[in-house]
Amino acid sequence: MTAPSSNHGLPVSVRGLRKAFDGRVVLHPLDLDIEAGEIFVIMGPSGSGKSVFLRHLIGLEEPDAGEIRVAGEKLVPDAADPRHRLAMVFQSGGLLNSLTVEENVGLYLTEHRLKPPAEIAAIVSKTLGLVQLGPADAAKYPDELSGGMRKRAAIARALVVEPELVLFDEPTSELDPLVALTIGREIVNLNRRTGATVVVVTHDRDLAFGIADRLAFLAEGKILALGTAAELRASPVPLLQQFLAAEFK
Amino acid sequence: MFRNLGEMLVLFGAVARALPRLWRERWKVSEQLFDIGNASLFMACVLSLFIGGVLSLQSGPVLVENGIGTALGQLVAIAMCKELAPVMMSILIAGRVGSAMTAELGSMRVYQEIDALRTLAIHPIHYLVLPRVVAIGVAVPCLVVFSNLVGWLGGAIVAAHNDRIAVPWATFFMGLRQGVDLSDVVNGLIKSFFFAICIGVICCHQGLTTRGGPRGIGRSVTKAVVNSLVVILILDYVLTRLLLPFDSAFGH
Ligand SMILES: Nc1ncnc2c1ncn2[C@@H]1O[C@H](COP(=O)(O)OP(=O)(O)OP(=O)(O)O)[C@@H](O)[C@H]1O
Ligand SMILES: [Mg+2]
Repeated sequence: MTAPSSNHGLPVSVRGLRKAFDGRVVLHPLDLDIEAGEIFVIMGPSGSGKSVFLRHLIGLEEPDAGEIRVAGEKLVPDAADPRHRLAMVFQSGGLLNSLTVEENVGLYLTEHRLKPPAEIAAIVSKTLGLVQLGPADAAKYPDELSGGMRKRAAIARALVVEPELVLFDEPTSELDPLVALTIGREIVNLNRRTGATVVVVTHDRDLAFGIADRLAFLAEGKILALGTAAELRASPVPLLQQFLAAEFK
Repeated sequence: MFRNLGEMLVLFGAVARALPRLWRERWKVSEQLFDIGNASLFMACVLSLFIGGVLSLQSGPVLVENGIGTALGQLVAIAMCKELAPVMMSILIAGRVGSAMTAELGSMRVYQEIDALRTLAIHPIHYLVLPRVVAIGVAVPCLVVFSNLVGWLGGAIVAAHNDRIAVPWATFFMGLRQGVDLSDVVNGLIKSFFFAICIGVICCHQGLTTRGGPRGIGRSVTKAVVNSLVVILILDYVLTRLLLPFDSAFGH
């Protein structure tokens, strides 16, 4: 595995991406450019195709039409040996249930033999510390954790990769407001520290506007609005305004 | 049906191409071997003892009545090592180990663990399929050797202690020694190796293509076991036919 050692964000360009499941179109032909090193947030109603879009960016789904280029190179689906370090935090965590948290977080390093075991253990416990999981949690299996802890472990697993492009699917959906805040900060830190390009899918408006360099509003498989936080707030799209204004009275 | 067959061949090809990585995955293979042994050794022992016994019980009285009781050892041993041990051990492994593999890979598939592996640039075939197929391929022939020994013992016990047969221990093993070639045993081992690879590929393929939650996992497991059994029995005939020219009895 030849991972580039320098850390820099990767730009992503999406052209004419279309995807249908069983004849039902989930993503209409969609164009989008994500710049190197930015934090790009995708918001949108449930079922609008956000997760499906994210899965395309890391090569888990094959588009029906169109293409995705990461750093100018076409993404090969099902790549076993990618040319870039990518990572994704799944909406459900996606931890391996037969491995402990520790093993899950260190999996990338152990499987690719990137570091000696002692060093891996040190990196793992440091990274778990970043997401506020202690040594007691590290020895547990994923089904012995709460939903939020699982999510944090999954985030730790992605951080260990030192990704150049990292995708978060609802990183704060199961977290209490305080942990959500730390995770939000950690995402920003990761981006500042390593320059990684970060794509975040979220319903959490505070998180979205708090961390985003740019945002996109995805509804019914189309991007209805795109721009900075201020531009999105000022956007005339009615669905977006409803989405932003929704409050318990 | 034919699409599945094609996919399985592709999977087999991928596993074969991944073989050079085997040394890297050696700990996973030994872990699998340990699991397989744990799950099946005791069952294999019981099964073989009774199969050997019933072979003696069925054929012993007929042979003794015709005055050829001395051939009993040979008959039991040949039946055991060329046919029953390979087939029964493969069936045992398909039911006991193959089903568990399908369930495990199926749940990994359904709960997105396989997707997660791929995002970490870990190839599911290297990480999951290769160690399992190799472990089954090693374990089944070993089990067959073990099953032969236990089965022969079972046959001898029944032959000696059943009143209608009463072929003494020494006569039984004398017949066995004279009548069974190493090539007979090897013949069975070759067959069992092919059965094992088929079980491994069928069960892993079925696991990796699971869809539809817990019920989907259940469906996959059933399908994997049934398909394995059908393939074992068909392949048994084909391989026996192909191996016939190399048979020791054939030359005599
Ligand atoms: N593998 C699949 N097979 C069939 N349909 C799918 C598949 N994956 C997603 N879909 C469909 O695509 C649509 C978009 O799903 P997606 O998971 O992207 O929604 P989402 O925007 O992430 O929603 P949420 O915010 O609730 O997570 C849904 O209608 C879903 O049913
Ligand atoms: Mg989603």
